[in-house]
Amino acid sequence: MPLDKPYQGVPGTTIFDADMSRKGYWLNQFCMSLMKAANRERFKADERAYLDEWAMTEEQKQAVLARDLNRCIALGGNIYFLAKIGATDGKSFQQMAGSMTGMSEDAYRDMMVSGGRSAAWTGKEGSK
Amino acid sequence: MARITATVFTSHVPAIGAAMDLGKTQEPYWQKVFAGYEYSRQWLKENKPDVVFLVFNDHATAFSLEMIPTFAIGTAAEYAVADEGWGPRPVPKVQGHPELAAHIAQSVIQQDFDLTLVNRMDVDHGLTVPLSLLCGQPKEWPFPVIPFAVNVVQYPVPSGMRCFRLGQAIRKAVESFDEDLNVQIWGTGGMSHQLQGPRAGLINKEFDNAFLDRLIADPEGLARVPHIDYVRDAGSEGIELVMWLIARGAMADMAGGAKPSLRHRFYHVPASNTAVGHLILEDNG
Repeated sequence: MPLDKPYQGVPGTTIFDADMSRKGYWLNQFCMSLMKAANRERFKADERAYLDEWAMTEEQKQAVLARDLNRCIALGGNIYFLAKIGATDGKSFQQMAGSMTGMSEDAYRDMMVSGGRSAAWTGKEGSK
Repeated sequence: MARITATVFTSHVPAIGAAMDLGKTQEPYWQKVFAGYEYSRQWLKENKPDVVFLVFNDHATAFSLEMIPTFAIGTAAEYAVADEGWGPRPVPKVQGHPELAAHIAQSVIQQDFDLTLVNRMDVDHGLTVPLSLLCGQPKEWPFPVIPFAVNVVQYPVPSGMRCFRLGQAIRKAVESFDEDLNVQIWGTGGMSHQLQGPRAGLINKEFDNAFLDRLIADPEGLARVPHIDYVRDAGSEGIELVMWLIARGAMADMAGGAKPSLRHRFYHVPASNTAVGHLILEDNG
């Protein structure tokens, strides 16, 4: 019997389950390595060379280099792991979250100040 | 005999810790958040616990994908503050309570909950931000803390009911500890929020306030809410709220005793990407 995954139908949302975890294992382990200051420096000095030390797919490496967090998530990344990349770049969590919505940083911040995104959001109306 | 005197529930938004560490608490944006904790700081001074049992989730800090325990209890004498990528927060290291932690571990495991015992664990904002919110910026934290980490990052995550029942087991464990100690249980994390994907930024005030109402009045019914409801209505990271059911399950009324007294309730939107919720309930035995 296949695993029951009722959470797959929520728009704009990827649930990090055991299957995603397996897919993103090395991508996320690379992210964990950025918890050490020395590794952050090595990554910043030569991102490609540092990524090549990990058993990640080429697609995963390209997604990291492009800082495309939605792509990283589709390839098995989890936001709490990916946050280490943003931290290395000196970004706040709000900047990281906003970067996945297609909104500008200011528009995302304004949306949060005025109460956040509606739970009824379906994605069909664009990023608003 | 040790006893549970109160439960404290609070969000643990990392940006709140950063606002304190960077001296931004007086900015209008943050002032509104911290105003909700002024009463709590005074209350905590007047109701100082001997030990805090702090339920939180690790955010890919102590536990990588190499291993993620569903429930992990800290049995160490102290815990270092983690470097989550921005460098460690400038807050004191956390002192543990190994004797009570070991006692709870033994008792709870014998009540058929399989805990992982952890003797080395760096603690992240999930644990340090609640301490900062309630204690301010002291040179040392005013009490020892037993960290209790719940996996809400990698599915499958525990159900609300599993958390609620675990809280009941923790109450029995605390009450069977011989030393005379006042123990508070803190449930942290939540409220509605989503940090990932095109739907990031979700906030659901109606859901959050209904959750707070039910946590006070109908925790057992609330424990039956399935994961999918949290994901759909409270956002993918809103699932952190199941952790609040551990603390609530540990209160006297869930063991046939008196209902707790509501001392404080606070709700505010936004802090960074999330809503902030906070409750203080005193146990009436």
